[in-house]
Amino acid sequence: MAELTMIQAITDALRTELKSDENVLLFGEDVGANGGVFRATEGLHKEFGEERVFDTPLAESGIGGLAIGLALTGFRPIMEIQFFGFLFEVMDSVSGQIARMNFRTGGHFNAPITIRAPFGGGVATPEMHADSLEGLVASQPGLTVVIPSTPYDAKGLLISAIKSDDPVIFLEHMKLYRSFRQEVPEEEYSIPLGKADVKREGKDLTIVTYGAMVQESLKAAEALEKENYSVEVIDLRTIQPLDIETIIQSVEKTNRAIVVQEAQRQAGIAANVVAEITERAILSLEAPVLRVTAPDTVYPFAAGENTWLPNAKDIAAKAKEVLTF
Amino acid sequence: MVAKKGNQYDPVKALQLIESQFDMVQILNEEGKIVDKDLDPKLPDEELVELMNRMVYTRILDQRSISLNRQGRLGFYAPTAGQEASQLASQYVLEKEDFILPGYRDVPQLLFHGWPLHMAFLWSRGHYAGSVIPDGLNIFPPQIIIGAQYVQAAGVGLGFKKKGQKSVVITYTGDGGTSQGDFYEGLNFAGAFKVPAIFVIQNNQYAISTHRDVQTAAKTLAQKGVAAGVPSVLVDGMDPLAVYVATRDARERAVNGDGPTLIETMCYRYGPHTMAGDDPTRYRTSDIDDEWEKRDPIVRFRTYLEAKGIWSKEQEEKVIERAKEEIKEAIKKADGQPKQKATDFMKIMYKGDVPFNLQEQLDAYAGKESK
Repeated sequence: MAELTMIQAITDALRTELKSDENVLLFGEDVGANGGVFRATEGLHKEFGEERVFDTPLAESGIGGLAIGLALTGFRPIMEIQFFGFLFEVMDSVSGQIARMNFRTGGHFNAPITIRAPFGGGVATPEMHADSLEGLVASQPGLTVVIPSTPYDAKGLLISAIKSDDPVIFLEHMKLYRSFRQEVPEEEYSIPLGKADVKREGKDLTIVTYGAMVQESLKAAEALEKENYSVEVIDLRTIQPLDIETIIQSVEKTNRAIVVQEAQRQAGIAANVVAEITERAILSLEAPVLRVTAPDTVYPFAAGENTWLPNAKDIAAKAKEVLTF
Repeated sequence: MVAKKGNQYDPVKALQLIESQFDMVQILNEEGKIVDKDLDPKLPDEELVELMNRMVYTRILDQRSISLNRQGRLGFYAPTAGQEASQLASQYVLEKEDFILPGYRDVPQLLFHGWPLHMAFLWSRGHYAGSVIPDGLNIFPPQIIIGAQYVQAAGVGLGFKKKGQKSVVITYTGDGGTSQGDFYEGLNFAGAFKVPAIFVIQNNQYAISTHRDVQTAAKTLAQKGVAAGVPSVLVDGMDPLAVYVATRDARERAVNGDGPTLIETMCYRYGPHTMAGDDPTRYRTSDIDDEWEKRDPIVRFRTYLEAKGIWSKEQEEKVIERAKEEIKEAIKKADGQPKQKATDFMKIMYKGDVPFNLQEQLDAYAGKESK
């Protein structure tokens, strides 16, 4: 089995679905001959040709409209937003139109559209590129929001997203693109949307997290193990809808939880997770459910982002607070 | 040739040169006379009569819709009187497989493309059943977000092109819509991908209350196509023959693989923006209304057809009676539609399985509804 980085696994998933369904189209800014600014679509233009994999003019709203029109004529579009920080340019297409397609036509037209975008921070991009805007789309009924944290998950989840008859926002954390390799099967496989994954089992505390914070949380869990704390780490993988069953089962076992996200405290979905836990499992709790997040400022300038982003140390400290409450 | 003033480049002249190319095309004038014999489409009599039937029908539908709205028997309604030529002569050239992406005032085109009238009424009332488009009917429910239909039209056109289907997409917006970013993006994408699309700007002079002259420094709206490399034309939007010819030619170019066209139809809306409280006396005078009414599409077409001896008062009465009868029937049918339930909304959110969070809510509401 090949060892792939997350971005290679993403390319692999795109190739797999372009091969398996001729109605799949892939387009966006610089995704053609250039292979995407991160090279996520490397080689696909050459392999599948201009008809299937193509560049668009530089206009995000136009790209969204293109996806809608192609869906209306029976295609299965995969559109790329070059950086999720550019989401605001295409917000009407995404939340106003794509998310509501099935609803507005009582199920006559659906939107089997996959919206891929690099997101998150920590790679020193110019301003307005890095951000954690997943909460904005997660709060829009009609959208499924997927955020993989490993190469294996990325391939299986992206295949499910492309096969979905409903729109899926697939967010690729920029820092995870090439941060580590993992064995990824060559064949087509899918991981169900809406299912979290327990990345590490434990019995004293549950960390619910997603995206780049999964790796940070695993580091924190290892550090805590040295102090004899057994920490469970749940990778949500899909942040909308939440896999409430997996979260609650874990909390009922550990009786303590923290929620970790890279997004600001007022953004992301950590508050939702806390609300679900308190509504459904308050009698299992030995301590309040606390959050580790970035502070409530605009995403910082590149040279300052590492002092702003949450890290394993912050997570371990917050976990200790809950463990010793 | 570079536009120059003396030995200096002259951008003003360059603009004037472009703008001078957009004189308004008129074939049938206000008096019902053919003023451009070369462009006269010479439609067979039965087609001229059919086009008149549709315009008369739509005028009656407009009058009835306004009064039904006042009685509380219709909801959202955007009056159409004054725009019949612009709407119906452009739809008239379409084939069944052609796709319409309408704005919210474009209900008449959808009806003549096949949308059942009772569904249009349900849509107006805010019942989702109106938007469950019958299979095989290539329309989208009226768009509310101004300009969104333009970017989507580029996509539908590209879809047709990729499938090798000899069909076109037609989309409509108003003068105000041409100020939207999506207007430019849609037009630009359609031009760049050379898709079979027709973009219609129904310039009815007002975006709610804001006059067209406030929208842009551009002398015509049609010239906005030039920047995107899209062939463009300005026509008298109250002249059914001019609208017909412009759309027919645009369709022909589109299905021949020659790309999109932008058509500005110069027209006027006699009524308010919508029936939701807009009062046109706040932003225009009755003198202006009177001036435009002299150019009425139905009046001039009637004169033309009567002179040809193919239209009579009796014929018109028959259309009016049929319209009233069908409207009554459609209202009755709409009244028979079961009321919407909260669980209905949850069931139409997704094509695939209802996700866990929503299923839980669905079960709770189903419990409430069964009591």
